[in-house]
Amino acid sequence: MAGIRTTEATGLLGWVDERFPIVETWEAHMSKYYAPKNFNAWYYFGVLAMLVLVIQIVSGIFLTMHYKPDAQMAFASVEYIMRDVPGGWFIRYMHSTGASAFFIVVYFHMFRGLMYGSYKGKRELVWLIGMALYLALMAEAFMGYLLPWGQMSFWGAQVIINLFNTVPVVGDALSLWIRGDFVISDPTLNRLFAFHVAAVPLILVALVFVHIVALHAVGSNNPDGVEIKKLTDDKGIPLDGVPFHPYYTVHDIPAIAVFLMVFFAIIFFMPEVGGYFLEHANFEPANPLKTPVHIAPVWYFTPFYTVLRAVTLSPFAGTLAMFGAIVMLFLLPWIDRNPIKSWRYRNTAHMMNLAIFGAVFIILGYLGVKPVTPEYKEMGVRMTEIYFLFFAVLFAHSNAAKPGRYIIWFAVLAGAVLFVDYVRYNPDDAVAAKQIMWQWVWPIGYLSLTLLLPFLMRPCNAEKPVPERVTS
Amino acid sequence: MSNSIRKWIFVLLVPAMVLGILGSVGGAGHSVPVQAANIDLHDTASLQRGAKYFVNYCMGCHSLKFSRYNRMAEDIGLNADNGFSEDDVATLLKEDVIFTYDEYGKQTKIGELMKNAYSPKAAAEAFGTSVPDLSLTGRSRGSDWIYSYLKGFYLDPSRPMGVNNTVFKDVGMPHVLGNLQGWQKLEHAAEGEHHGAPKLTMVKPGKLSAAEYDKVVRDITNFLSYVSEPAQLSRYTIGIFVILFLILFFGVSLLLEKEYWKDIH
Repeated sequence: MAGIRTTEATGLLGWVDERFPIVETWEAHMSKYYAPKNFNAWYYFGVLAMLVLVIQIVSGIFLTMHYKPDAQMAFASVEYIMRDVPGGWFIRYMHSTGASAFFIVVYFHMFRGLMYGSYKGKRELVWLIGMALYLALMAEAFMGYLLPWGQMSFWGAQVIINLFNTVPVVGDALSLWIRGDFVISDPTLNRLFAFHVAAVPLILVALVFVHIVALHAVGSNNPDGVEIKKLTDDKGIPLDGVPFHPYYTVHDIPAIAVFLMVFFAIIFFMPEVGGYFLEHANFEPANPLKTPVHIAPVWYFTPFYTVLRAVTLSPFAGTLAMFGAIVMLFLLPWIDRNPIKSWRYRNTAHMMNLAIFGAVFIILGYLGVKPVTPEYKEMGVRMTEIYFLFFAVLFAHSNAAKPGRYIIWFAVLAGAVLFVDYVRYNPDDAVAAKQIMWQWVWPIGYLSLTLLLPFLMRPCNAEKPVPERVTS
Repeated sequence: MSNSIRKWIFVLLVPAMVLGILGSVGGAGHSVPVQAANIDLHDTASLQRGAKYFVNYCMGCHSLKFSRYNRMAEDIGLNADNGFSEDDVATLLKEDVIFTYDEYGKQTKIGELMKNAYSPKAAAEAFGTSVPDLSLTGRSRGSDWIYSYLKGFYLDPSRPMGVNNTVFKDVGMPHVLGNLQGWQKLEHAAEGEHHGAPKLTMVKPGKLSAAEYDKVVRDITNFLSYVSEPAQLSRYTIGIFVILFLILFFGVSLLLEKEYWKDIH
């Protein structure tokens, strides 16, 4: 219809609506977007992620007014913000706490997706865009961490940028191109600053927009994994849906208040969080001539850092394993083929698989901040094995109707683990050999719980019928 | 398995699994034992003594280049609340605190950063290393470390300055407070004992008793801890009001939510 836009709205709103689809947009995404009425606490983390994004952008703008992206001045300008800019310490702590808070809420948000199968039912793109957001967030956080120009900023960036060195043939040229110098220095700081304050935030905001557009096109999943659009009243409104506005807007406000209590408690009472949100060594200015005794990335990267350190076949293999750990998450919608979305109706083995995956991710993170001892080194390898086995087991659980296949999967995966042990085993290195000889219990125990158990004890393999309507 | 059990799996099983698996190997690396400094940032008398000791004993070599004289004075209690006029503070700073002059012989202004006149080159010649700025030592090393460090000097003829330190092995710094503390020697721990704190015994007593010296060191630590983050003095108080507001806001928003959701079943 190429006619004149008509609107029922009057006054200023009517004037705007004749020129811009403001009423239509509001209705499509807020007042007539029907969300399942059974969201639980796990569903707060999406809106909290948006809140943290806003906090980061606003606090970041104010920091940019006083920060100097110059290797000679960066460290001092941050201390200038902390001391001489009125309220500067508050803005800076908002930004540093916000960085960690972003990852906390995003990890919960992603795990919610795993629990309730939110990447299923034509939601693959929502998941993929979300994963792209996660990648952009990691890039943003990494670049931002260089800016204070402390010891950890410098040496953490050294570790990450050197990863590109491991790429065969072009590695050296690649990392030189990224740094803009032979070492991390002023040009590196300047370009990472440009990316951190302009390029990546634009990408983040654009991706958040399409993440929500894609979500609203398909409709939100819920803890029961029921498609609410299947059952509608005579007006086409889902029986189990409520308008996002006002119901979920008012529903989210108390959760935001609780989140802000924790957020501000950290800012005002423990901004360093014991050296995890702000590392102690980063209060020393970057010194290219003095390598710190112990280099640990900030906590949100440490699970992947452990994967990097665990694969010692070659440096490039370690880099590939690290990026592979992230790539596997992208593929989730195509690995988990089970038609049941929510873990509520999946078998017990699947539930344990997810629980163990969550625990292993936390352990990987813990190992990444610790210095390498023989025990921790081997544990890093074992947890990395479970991390990757998870995806194979997830695939195996896709079809619970044929538990006989579990035993084949168990044999293949346990065989793979033992084969890797056989290759790694070196009797000359007695300390490492001793660790290999007992820590095999973790991956084999994991495979036993998730594959042998449902094979041997059929109740652990029983899936439940998914209800027609949402529960509670 | 019922849904409520599944819910608890995450609340209980995951942490249990994490702790169980990590606990199975034990063995985290042990760090240097330090003594608790027990500082009190709101003890302005202690902060003022700490500032006095710092400018007299430390500042010849160590700067506080991110801190300003007048801001420091204001924060440690040399302010109108305690009966000091701006002129009083300026006079006090100029007479007792600021010892540096610019190239025209003019004294450093009270609003300037707390730098000193010791060139890095001279420091490198004297000590073989640069002398660190101490503005942020309270954060990078921590107050317990500073306290233990200043108490940890012992005689070691193999070192250029004749002393070594229990928490900072082979440090280049001489024992500046040696005449106050006295001179200690290190008793080597018995074979196989790695975890016990190194034992120091006094060889030649100084001007102060052990308790008096601890107090001096605690004052310096207190002052350096303040300098590392001046916002510490105010942020706790502001934080309490912010949290109280949020509790109120939470209550009101919860009532609003209940009102809207009461007819959804």
